[in-house]
Amino acid sequence: MKNRMFRCMFALLAAVAASSAGAQTDVQERTLANGLRVIVKEDHRAPTAVHMVWYRAGSMDEVSGTSGVAHVLEHMMFKGTRTVKSGEFSRRIAAAGGRENAFTNRDYTAYFQQVPKAALPLMLRLEADRMSNLLVTKPEFSQEIKVVMEERRLRTDDQPRALVAEALNAEAYVAHPYRRPVIGWMNDLANMSYVDARNWYVRWYLPNNAFVVVVGDVKADEVFALAQKYYGAIKARPLPERKPQLEPEQRGVRRLVVKAPAELPYLLMGWKCPVLRDADKDWQPYALEVLTGVLDGNESARLNQSLVRDHRLASEVGAGYDTTARGPGMCFIEGTPSQGRSTAELEAGLRAELARLVRDGVGEDELARVKAQLVAAQVFKRDSIFGQAMEIGQFESAGLSYRDIDRVLDGLKAVSAEQVRAVAKQYFVDDQLSVGVLEPQPLDPARARPAPPAMGH
Amino acid sequence: MAAALLWFAAGMAQAALPIQHWTAHSGARVYFVASRGLPMLDINVDFDAGGRRVPADRAGLGGLTHTLLRAGSAAHSEEEIGRRIADVGAQLGGNVDRDRSGLSLRTLSSERERTQALATFAEILQAPAFPEAAFAREKARLGDAVKEDETKPEAVASRAFYRLLYGAHPYALAPTPETVARIERADVEGFYRANYVAARAVVTIVGDADRALAERIAEQLTAGLPRAAGAPATLAPVTPPQSQTLRIAHPASQSHILLGLPALARGDPDYFPLLVGNYVLGGGGFVSRLYLEVREKRGYAYSVYSYFLPLAQEGPLQIGLQTRKEQAEEALALVRTVLDKFLAGGPSAAELKAAKQNLEGGFALRIDSNRKLLEQVALIGFYRLPLTWLDDFARQVEQVSVTEVRAAFARRVRPEHLVTVVVGSGEK
Repeated sequence: MKNRMFRCMFALLAAVAASSAGAQTDVQERTLANGLRVIVKEDHRAPTAVHMVWYRAGSMDEVSGTSGVAHVLEHMMFKGTRTVKSGEFSRRIAAAGGRENAFTNRDYTAYFQQVPKAALPLMLRLEADRMSNLLVTKPEFSQEIKVVMEERRLRTDDQPRALVAEALNAEAYVAHPYRRPVIGWMNDLANMSYVDARNWYVRWYLPNNAFVVVVGDVKADEVFALAQKYYGAIKARPLPERKPQLEPEQRGVRRLVVKAPAELPYLLMGWKCPVLRDADKDWQPYALEVLTGVLDGNESARLNQSLVRDHRLASEVGAGYDTTARGPGMCFIEGTPSQGRSTAELEAGLRAELARLVRDGVGEDELARVKAQLVAAQVFKRDSIFGQAMEIGQFESAGLSYRDIDRVLDGLKAVSAEQVRAVAKQYFVDDQLSVGVLEPQPLDPARARPAPPAMGH
Repeated sequence: MAAALLWFAAGMAQAALPIQHWTAHSGARVYFVASRGLPMLDINVDFDAGGRRVPADRAGLGGLTHTLLRAGSAAHSEEEIGRRIADVGAQLGGNVDRDRSGLSLRTLSSERERTQALATFAEILQAPAFPEAAFAREKARLGDAVKEDETKPEAVASRAFYRLLYGAHPYALAPTPETVARIERADVEGFYRANYVAARAVVTIVGDADRALAERIAEQLTAGLPRAAGAPATLAPVTPPQSQTLRIAHPASQSHILLGLPALARGDPDYFPLLVGNYVLGGGGFVSRLYLEVREKRGYAYSVYSYFLPLAQEGPLQIGLQTRKEQAEEALALVRTVLDKFLAGGPSAAELKAAKQNLEGGFALRIDSNRKLLEQVALIGFYRLPLTWLDDFARQVEQVSVTEVRAAFARRVRPEHLVTVVVGSGEK
């Protein structure tokens, strides 16, 4: 059961395919007078449609003391408006045969419905209603905040690896709001009031801070007409100033340890890396994405081959990097040491792999393999209208355009082996690195754990 | 843009889903749906080689065998196999559950890519070498994963739940460090030979192919499979457990609670009344009774649900939630109240109508991509459901009455067999 979900910040297994795309010539857009952009991609393979509303308000727009409020408001968006009472939103969508959910991330909060195409007008009507008419009441809030605290317990507090990721973020970023977890610190949740949530809604839930994405068996002109009808009447207002809050330069490796009940240790390494700002001029994000593919993008990628299969240092290993973001970027490598191996040994093995890559570069065959995955992924992604809508939303929410989706593909295809080596050398350096380690604790503290052997077998 | 040639069942029960079905020369059953809108192919091959076929003292053998299929063949090393798949942009997948062991391939349908991907997939299925080094490595990895699982409250709860539900039946099995330690390479080879046999293989093909190509693919993927030495062993019937509650200590901040009992086999006529009824009880996303009572009204849990998991033999009804330890007993009592009330009264007429609206109206969402279609057709094939199962879905839902839901729940969900597991409870 995935209820209103909360997307993990560390999509560590995201392969090269995750942010690349096919021809966007069939995408159309209009901007309403109130500033709301409507982006439509027709796809007539099946009589269904997906409707999404993305707000450019995520945890990075929060301030200390009310961390998690973006996500709490996401929950409150199902709690009723002046004309649609609490729970009625979900009942109407269900009765129309639809599925729905929402997700909050650092950069945005988004809401979606997947429906038989005939139900699309109702989706626009209901979403437009809660864009401007939401009621955030004390009784509803005081129940729902308990649900969010249970969500935090489930996804973070009782998940040792999530605790490492949360701590790593807080360590890697000193000033930038990416240091705060999307779900919020528990103490902030415990002290949040319905007024905090209401203020958040008033401040950010505006047509001029949102965009709509519709993909599926629709006619673009009809969607634009519906959008005008339902969203067109909502008034725009000035948005609050967004301070840059740039992260000061890191000057040396940062390390942290988390102790939690577990069997195996776990290692998470994050290097500060650039993200895409100009799809035509930037090349380093493309090279970093291809690098991630070389490390962990396919069946024969380097990390798995070397560390899991050849040297048996790790039982699991992965690499991840998100090309697009509103804020700063980070490249990750994570791994679980094999039984009897330590995180220090695994870290040394990972560093040796990176050093080999910087020294010897990557082979043309490896590069060709990563690009073959990219090309195939362009076809595969079109099997899912939901995936296509997500891709458009991710680009737009990061300050890029859906038009950049094709430019990114061209940029990725143009990456050379030398560029991959160059970004590895430039960015995978200790001064930009934060390292988190999970030290497993026995479930029953009374039972001491035998010390692991100092040397592997 | 290219539109699909295929569309069917746009909410209309009459439209025929064109599933083509035949038996390959190897004896494998084949199910094929042409969907030519995109130049890609999805293929799934299932075997009756899931957990239920594994000896109790070697639990984990099924998953380990499945993993090792791609670890090298007579002709190619593990690394070469990985490269041959990756070089053409193909994707391998797979899944093992209590009944099925499945492998899947997604590839472009253009000739060069398709040919290399299929040749490699055929090797994985039919000529695995189970190299000694890969066996040792994967056995160690499985052992690590099992030990890790034994620390996770959700995994501890699930294992205990199935153990109580199924007792001596193989559906109860889960790997432990001891059963994994016992597995030898010869066990893997033997399990493969005995269970990955052509006569018990089900091939599902969805995508850009015509019938002739689909037939060639099915032959290519199954002609070299092991031959069956005889019919598979008949498994003992599932014996309903005595009602009991098991509490297991755990340091997590939440209790993980599971309730249920063995309830429903595939092909059972109670499927539709239980599906519709369960939507009302705990299956319907943000509108079910469990959701409204446990989450909306009291804020006890982020996730609370119920589902039936029909298997070859009676699969479970599972109700689950996680809640702060201190309120676990109140939350559990509330779940019991909701369940008991539903068993006593069934759904209201309005609830039944809402359930039907969602299940019928949303039918198109179950098959609106090749991947979803592949999953549905593979299920139909493996469990020998009628080929018209998807076409009949909406009509079957529509026919369900309140009385039938109540009767089906009364037959299948008897409180005297209801088992409860609470992990993260009982310690001070």
